[in-house]
Amino acid sequence: MLELVFFSTLNGLVYGTLLFMLASGLTLIFGMMGVLNFAHAAFYMLGAYFAYTISLYTGFWPGLVVAPLAVGLLGALTERYGLRLVHRFGHVAELIFTFGVAIVIGEIVQLVWGRPAKSYEVPAVLDFPLFQLFRSSFPAYKAFMLGISAAIFLFLFAILTRTRAGLIIQASLTHPGTVGMLGHNVPRIFMIVFGIGSALAGLAGVIAGPVLGTFPGMAQVLGSIVFVVVVIGGLGSLTGAFVASVLIGIVQTFAVALNISVGGVASAVGIPVESLPALHDLWRVTVAQVAPILPYVLLVLVLIVRPTGLFGTRES
Amino acid sequence: MSTPAPAAARSVSQADATRPSPLRLYGLWVAAAVVLAVLPYVLRAPAAVPVVNQMGIAVVFALSYNMLLGQGGMLSFGHAVYFGFGGFFAAHALNLAARQGLWLPVPLVPIMGGLGGLLFAAVVGSFSTNRAGTVFAMISLGIAEMMAASSLIFDRFFGGEEGITTNRAKAASLGGLSFTTDRDVYYLIAFWALVSAGVMYGFSRTPAGRMANAVRDNPERAEFVGYSQRWVRYVSFCASGLFAGVAGGLFAVNYEILTAENMGLGASGAVLLMTYIGGIGTFAGPILGAIVFTFLQSMLSDYTSVWLLYLGLVFLAVVLFVPFGLAGVLAMHGPASRNRRLGRLVGPYAAAAAVMLIAVIGLIGCLEMVYFFVSAPAGQVTKRLFWLTVNVRTATPWLAFLALIVLGGLGMRWAGPRAAAAFADANLQHPDR
Amino acid sequence: MTPAIELLDVHKSFGHTVIIRGVSLSLEPGQRHALIGPNGAGKSTVFNLITGKYPVTSGRIRLKGEDITGLRPYEVNRRGLSRSFQVTNIFPRLSVFENVRCAVLWSLGYRYSFWHLVNAAREVRERTEVVLEQLNLTARRHVPAGVLAYAEQRALEIGITIAGGADVILLDEPTAGMSRSETEHVVQLIRQVSAGKTLLMVEHDMSVVFDLADKIAVLVYGQVIAHDAPERIRANAAVQEAYLGVAQTATA
Repeated sequence: MLELVFFSTLNGLVYGTLLFMLASGLTLIFGMMGVLNFAHAAFYMLGAYFAYTISLYTGFWPGLVVAPLAVGLLGALTERYGLRLVHRFGHVAELIFTFGVAIVIGEIVQLVWGRPAKSYEVPAVLDFPLFQLFRSSFPAYKAFMLGISAAIFLFLFAILTRTRAGLIIQASLTHPGTVGMLGHNVPRIFMIVFGIGSALAGLAGVIAGPVLGTFPGMAQVLGSIVFVVVVIGGLGSLTGAFVASVLIGIVQTFAVALNISVGGVASAVGIPVESLPALHDLWRVTVAQVAPILPYVLLVLVLIVRPTGLFGTRES
Repeated sequence: MSTPAPAAARSVSQADATRPSPLRLYGLWVAAAVVLAVLPYVLRAPAAVPVVNQMGIAVVFALSYNMLLGQGGMLSFGHAVYFGFGGFFAAHALNLAARQGLWLPVPLVPIMGGLGGLLFAAVVGSFSTNRAGTVFAMISLGIAEMMAASSLIFDRFFGGEEGITTNRAKAASLGGLSFTTDRDVYYLIAFWALVSAGVMYGFSRTPAGRMANAVRDNPERAEFVGYSQRWVRYVSFCASGLFAGVAGGLFAVNYEILTAENMGLGASGAVLLMTYIGGIGTFAGPILGAIVFTFLQSMLSDYTSVWLLYLGLVFLAVVLFVPFGLAGVLAMHGPASRNRRLGRLVGPYAAAAAVMLIAVIGLIGCLEMVYFFVSAPAGQVTKRLFWLTVNVRTATPWLAFLALIVLGGLGMRWAGPRAAAAFADANLQHPDR
Repeated sequence: MTPAIELLDVHKSFGHTVIIRGVSLSLEPGQRHALIGPNGAGKSTVFNLITGKYPVTSGRIRLKGEDITGLRPYEVNRRGLSRSFQVTNIFPRLSVFENVRCAVLWSLGYRYSFWHLVNAAREVRERTEVVLEQLNLTARRHVPAGVLAYAEQRALEIGITIAGGADVILLDEPTAGMSRSETEHVVQLIRQVSAGKTLLMVEHDMSVVFDLADKIAVLVYGQVIAHDAPERIRANAAVQEAYLGVAQTATA
């Protein structure tokens, strides 16, 4: 039991901080530009694939730097030559545009790299169990992932709170119009932030690829969850994104580890299971099987009760 | 002071000219009915009818989607949920009727689909229509994901991995009509598509439909003239779910099987694409988009494996350059048509189309060669492309297609502005005309 | 006689900022009232409180004797009160005709009907035509409202407000940004549409105020400092000091 709790918490933290790396970029982009970037997960996927290709020639480590930069550049170009054109047609058009970009990137990845999953491996130097507790071991690579995520978080925090550029970005998160009127080149800031956000997504892909798998569907696996995180945390709030990422990361990891039935949980909470036979199919399923939809249930509940999210102040 | 009055009168009649007269409107519907009636006899290829059936279903689905997006300003990423749920509902109804000997002939099955869609939309809409905009879109995404996962949990209703099947032949009879061939089903689909389109058009002319437009444009002001924006959106949402369910019911009748994929994000994405490409600002836009999309999807997939990439690129092109969609572009030529200057556009448009075609051929060539290069079995190096046989391992075809792209691109820089100028010129309103 | 609108010790704060500091006002029905005062006094806030856009922090608001505190805007509108906006708030993509028609639908009882065709509803069309005629916009009926000239949009703004036949009309700076002749037209229009109804308008143009108003209320820093007939307001020392200004006599 203790083993389950301990490792689930650790794994949940790894997953959660990875989600935050994705969610932070999305929140920055959304907060500043009001665009929910559907293509964000696609940039995550590109990061993994770029790093994989690089690793074929030079090993894992150069990819850690080069791939995010390449993805960031691509993101900046997408903003400059695509999103900027659509901006004047409104938020719906921007959303639809990023949706199209997501589709096209997904198809191009399939085109260039093919459909089967790629064997993007954990670098040999990190491929050992860091420690062992009871019967399970915790791989060193996951500790590495945790380390990178924490470093990114601290780096973001430092930049946003200690530098002038960071202050401008923070201000733009809540009052983009005012920032523009203060004389800053807002379009250029947008492009840079979009690039940085995409680079963060790419970096998440680089480190997650070996663990979560590098395959054309990887964008779909995380894409919706990241939206859930950002919306639950509060649109435009980085703190909210962090809290929600870790929360969802831990909840999902725990849920997957639990083999009890939903009916069991419901009875324990006090829901009269026997009086709802129509939901019989639901009661006999295990919590682990229901785990994938938990974030969405949470999303819908939060949006009904508190449309601005846990920490947010804006709805759109 | 005699001149202002005639000018005012002329401007009124000119303005009135923008509204189709009732005769023209009814005439259009009658003409559509006639075209639909004779279509199977015009199309010779037997493979055409199933594609047309698919188009009919897509038309109803896309029109229902535009009730939300174009008419109501609500962007949904999970509209297929109502389509799929309606389909499952219809399939179960048909199976139940066949088992218990109840009277549910095939022509009435789409009504069951509509009922299923309506019920589900009524439940979801009760909380999702509180807000429009991003919150609505996100809730729709959440519901879509929930339903995709639920289909594996509630496998008595959704049939698990294999889905739910049904059988037209087991249904009760209506006046001796049988629905064994594709053509029989075609007439059923054509009938319901025409009726659905007519009712949806009628809806847009009712107080609920007019206020949906108003709430889309200015929800605050709508409240100050006595309308609750929540309720207006809710009514639209339920109507939209109803017709999505009708489309689902038609799907059940046509294919006799429903799977979780019919409710999934792929189907929801497809209806968003086809509606937007067709044009969300007009009633006919989604119809055009559904037809074009279905055509491309079925035709292209015979020729190339990367058809979704092409569709995605077309979609991006529309979003970037033609946000009013295909129907919108046609509508934008209204003034030119009234000025009788459409003829002037032929030359510049043909030139622009030609250079675009060159660039597109180059792009297709490159993409197809890349696909072949990556996925062809080992040893195969030549491929048929545009009636030529090319060896993808040599540099020549690559350079040739790249050259076409560059050529076409350069050509667009010359032909594009010319076409745009010709369009502007043709649309000029001359006060003395 | 039941007052058309009553504010009973209404307070409104936004966070820590107090805007309305205890306003009590009673407006007689059938008269034209004006609400004047310096910028930032809270006049638009008063409108927003009455019409249900903002909730009051404390106090009560009555419409024709009925308590409407805390009701949503559409609930207030359905009880016979309608308002215009200082910044034009129309339906830009709909035609002028459709803009007015939207304002007519609820009052004629159509509600959320999806079984009536608006084009076939004669009374809807007739009422809309009458209003368009009053606004002098009949010739522009098919023009999308977003492309109208400014003065036409302001006229349409008033048209949407009165089309539903509300008997209490609130107009927020109806002549803002208008030339002399445009203002005269609008004043004529206001006189026409407010005949027999209760009118409350916020205005900065004093000539319009003294021309139209039967009674004037003066709002300064969230409080009503005077509510009287125009001549007495003109002579009121406090009002002069706070807003109207004192005429300087030339020194010999």
